[in-house]
Amino acid sequence: MLEQWTLHVDQNRCVGSGTCVGLARRHFVLDRTNHKSAPLSPNIPAEQVVLDAALSCPMEAISIVAAGSGEVIFPKDLSDE
Amino acid sequence: MSKLQPALTFPFQGTTIYDPAPEYARLRAEQPVVRISMPGGDLAWLVTRYEDVRKVMTDLRFSRAAAARPGAPSYGKVATIAPSIFSMDPPEHTRIRKLIAGAFTARRVERLRPRVREIVAKRLADLAIKQPPVDFIEHVALPVPVTVICDVLGVPHKDLDQFHRWSDIVITIAGRPAGELLQAYKEFHAYLAELIERKRRNPDNDLLSALVSAHDEQGKLSTKDLVSLGVALVITGHEATASQISNYVVTLMHYREQWYRLLSNPGLVPSAVEELARIVQFGATGGALVRIAMNDMEVGGVTIRAGEAVIAGLMSANRDVDVFPDPDRIELARAENPHLGFGAGVHHCPGAQLARLELQEVLTALLRTFPTLHLAVDESELRLKQGLIVNSLQALPVTW
Repeated sequence: MLEQWTLHVDQNRCVGSGTCVGLARRHFVLDRTNHKSAPLSPNIPAEQVVLDAALSCPMEAISIVAAGSGEVIFPKDLSDE
Repeated sequence: MSKLQPALTFPFQGTTIYDPAPEYARLRAEQPVVRISMPGGDLAWLVTRYEDVRKVMTDLRFSRAAAARPGAPSYGKVATIAPSIFSMDPPEHTRIRKLIAGAFTARRVERLRPRVREIVAKRLADLAIKQPPVDFIEHVALPVPVTVICDVLGVPHKDLDQFHRWSDIVITIAGRPAGELLQAYKEFHAYLAELIERKRRNPDNDLLSALVSAHDEQGKLSTKDLVSLGVALVITGHEATASQISNYVVTLMHYREQWYRLLSNPGLVPSAVEELARIVQFGATGGALVRIAMNDMEVGGVTIRAGEAVIAGLMSANRDVDVFPDPDRIELARAENPHLGFGAGVHHCPGAQLARLELQEVLTALLRTFPTLHLAVDESELRLKQGLIVNSLQALPVTW
């Protein structure tokens, strides 16, 4: 069975660049009121394009956690802050 | 395309450094998606409302790759040195984009702030001992971003002048003999290829080394990709930033009361940088390049047919009253400012955070060191470089 991910967009970091929507419009949507991005559904099967969206976000506003283990899939390098 | 109305000639007349052509306001109200004739004569659809512009920029069915194919409608008559990353769609685009994005995230860029501050301070100290009037572009607006991008990439300082000369030739195509341009291109590419080879042998803590290592260890980038990416980073991290620094200064000199407001409240600089990104006219299209519809697409009540060209009017979107109350007024403290000054979607400027940081640091230092700064010529005497898609002044004489 595919790994399940929990997807989150930090509303304080997001600047609405739409990079994630451009890459993965089945997973992210830009709000028409606050112009920021949000996941269409926070619980999704693991998918490369979602990780790509997280990696491409200029604000590192997207985080991904493995639903079962709680392992942080992205961002990996929080410890070097 | 509808044959009922003649296409409007693009770009429109009446644009200044800080005002879009008046035509945009009419189009947003009356014809939000309209046929235009681009400078080379090819037809396109121009999209002018915020939501529609963002749709075009974020929907991959409007393709950049298709616009780069032979025979596709093109903008024409403008130097579109399109480094390959500008003309790719996902998934090909993604493998390069995420490497670059990783280097320019908000957190990483913030670590560069002390170094950028130092570079700006040195340039302004050099400026202060000069006899005005001086060209602000030559002494500040250009050398600051060039030094920063060379630092980030890992270009040795001894090569800065040579680097600057090449990038200047490569950028300002108009009016140059083809031979000179080709020669500069060759030398520039050869230099980058050699620098990449050096980084491969002696990796350092810089972006080029990181990209080389991504290339070698993970096979993500070809050497051709690397060189093309180097050119793209230099052009965007150089001409675009330099132009905007100068355009910001012209705008603040024109709206002098805004300069005074910043002088009395320098804490407004970060939100001022955003508001000026919204106000300042980066270029006729706001830097957006032509896209091609891959399917029949519905935008703003108009059907754009597969194969037709579309331009997203970023500068028009930034004046849309549905999103920005009192859109033509400069409000340096504007709280909600989802402007499209850095584009949107997968081609959203990956260097936006670095550009913001440079603009913030230049403005902050300028306000402190040169509070009496003003133009040394009448604004009407300022001239734009010809043949560029961005608004870039030839010179900006200032005094204080």
